[in-house]
Amino acid sequence: METTEKYHFDVVRWFSVAAVIYLVVGTLVGVLIASQLAWPVLNFDIPYLTFGRLRPLHTNAVIFAFGGCVLMATAFYSVQRTCGVKLWSNKLAWFTFWGWNLIIVSAVITLPLGLTSGKEYAELEWPIDIAIAVVWVAYTVNFVMTIANRKSSHIYVSNWFFLGMMIMITYLHVVNSLAIPVGMFKSYSIFSGVQDAMIQWWWGHNAVGFYLTAGFLGIMYYFVPKQANRPMFSYRLSVIHFWALTFGYVWLGAHHLQYTALPDWTGSLGAAISIAMIIPSWGGAINGMMTLSGAWDKLRTDYVLRFLIASLAFYAMSTFEGPIMSIKTVNALSHYTDWTVGHVHSGALGWVGMVAAGALYHMVMKLWNTEMYSSKLINTHFWLATVGTVIYIVALWISGIMQGLMWRDYDDFGTLTYTFAESVAAMHPYYAMRAVGGFLYMLGGVVMLYNVVMTIRQASTHPSTSAEPARA
Amino acid sequence: MADKIYSTKLQDKLERNIWALILMSAFVLSIGGIVEIVPLFYLKSTMEHNERPEIMWDRKEGQSLDDWKAGDGIRPYTALELAGRDVYIREGCYLCHSQMIRPFRDEKERYGHYSLASESIYDHPFQWGSKRTGPDLARVGGKYSDEWHVRHMIAPRSVVPESVMPNYPWLVDAMVDGDTITTNMKGMRTIGVPYTDADIAAAAAAVSGKSEMDAMVAYLQVLGTMAKLDYGVNYRD
Repeated sequence: METTEKYHFDVVRWFSVAAVIYLVVGTLVGVLIASQLAWPVLNFDIPYLTFGRLRPLHTNAVIFAFGGCVLMATAFYSVQRTCGVKLWSNKLAWFTFWGWNLIIVSAVITLPLGLTSGKEYAELEWPIDIAIAVVWVAYTVNFVMTIANRKSSHIYVSNWFFLGMMIMITYLHVVNSLAIPVGMFKSYSIFSGVQDAMIQWWWGHNAVGFYLTAGFLGIMYYFVPKQANRPMFSYRLSVIHFWALTFGYVWLGAHHLQYTALPDWTGSLGAAISIAMIIPSWGGAINGMMTLSGAWDKLRTDYVLRFLIASLAFYAMSTFEGPIMSIKTVNALSHYTDWTVGHVHSGALGWVGMVAAGALYHMVMKLWNTEMYSSKLINTHFWLATVGTVIYIVALWISGIMQGLMWRDYDDFGTLTYTFAESVAAMHPYYAMRAVGGFLYMLGGVVMLYNVVMTIRQASTHPSTSAEPARA
Repeated sequence: MADKIYSTKLQDKLERNIWALILMSAFVLSIGGIVEIVPLFYLKSTMEHNERPEIMWDRKEGQSLDDWKAGDGIRPYTALELAGRDVYIREGCYLCHSQMIRPFRDEKERYGHYSLASESIYDHPFQWGSKRTGPDLARVGGKYSDEWHVRHMIAPRSVVPESVMPNYPWLVDAMVDGDTITTNMKGMRTIGVPYTDADIAAAAAAVSGKSEMDAMVAYLQVLGTMAKLDYGVNYRD
């Protein structure tokens, strides 16, 4: 099969299956740590299973294992199809696959052992950081060279977004990870205090802005028109979306540090640009959704499309919520609370997770040249994911705003009404509710994994009679 | 469909030439970071001690870290405190506890004076945190007894029934390693923390026989106690 294929798709198949597995694993760890906050006995007094060590494992598993495999699968898939050529190097693509998975395995081992650089979303220690840089550059070079070899005259919009992500993540990862090693698995950031904080959040927010947004917008720009079988709504909007996003997103990190010891000018600048970012974000979301203009009825029957369009609704919602939260008066309340965690998850579960699911279902059908084993189960997954996400974010809206209000509340005598401990106790029902939402979302992932495995088994035991290799 | 295909000459060129697209993207992507980050390294107003040098510890020739007293000013962590800080990072404490008090009335009453940038000048990496599942710890030093901290870390709910913090009983038995902390202090010195040769030479002895629990307590007890801040002074303009 390999030799007759028009494109190098085997590596894409492996990345796709790995992504679905990591979706289940990453959300499973998430459900565990969410439950630990509601029922601390679940820390089991075992160092390797405490919240503080598993939380980085959860974020690394969902962002880098799941998100990374999705981005690598979709970029390698769509770049070949939009450029009309095979990957520049199949070997380098396999190096990327094994390298990336080795990094994930090393994360699974080192993080529970407490080997961490202590920077949020960039916890992995220096030897692994170097490996990430090497594999990421291999991924980027392969992608760029494939575009350089393309048969089409113009570079398709999805590839701009993937490219923007690849360049920015290289910048961010290299600068933010600069550290002095003091042992095989111990290092100290070369930056300290306020500068370290700014660099960390420049990384932190752009990991969201580029890895989880620009990259996944690349997915949106390829897979939404493909699945809907209609052209993108507006080319002009795509151009504006791309350049406004690449210019603007970079500034936003400072809004994580408002009212801290970061100079006021930096935080305010970050907030001002954050508010302006509503425009390109909504432009992009509208561009995706309006692609269905005149064919909305497809949503009734096409469950994959349902995932893609619902993800855009969540994208629009969280890119509205984000700028609101960056307004200083709102941030004064929301910062340090669960509201932030809820906001991240409306983007992560609603936008990233659902657009990824849509793209993965689309690819699995094309890559194995078959229909999904069960279209009903796609719909089951869709509803588990949607309901799970909504329960999750509603729980944390309530708990987050409640925390913020309790902390600043004064009684009639002008003293603080609540002790901190009372605010912790008040969170219990919402932490339990959040764990339930997360559990439903994870269950959706399990349904997807089952469906994908059955589809692949069915494709290999009963090859489709019209078996012809997938074409662009 | 809603509009005709339209493109400027520049955009068209970028879409036809991958190298031009890479260069242009890299340029546009660099601006925000450069504008927001680079000035923080040279603007004097970023660090409060440039205006108010008294918040830093004025260490005299020959003084050891043990000669410092609470309120003398900001100084590098002692060997034992640094060991505690390493445990704090290893256990991921920063994921639930911030160390950054904002200039609000309720935070002042709950936690103390707002945090200054200079106070984390020796924090590689910074520990400001982003979430308060537990309370802020920027000025926890001196608020509770050592004994309270030990009981709290072994079994948090024995002293704070509402707490959701994990138990950390293993800190009592794990010992701090003198060689490791010596290496770590040397590493800190190469990135600008002003440890003297004498500080580093004394490190192994200072932590000998100490458990990770001792180290954690030492670290927590120094937090926020270094500089004596005056409510009458505006440290940030």
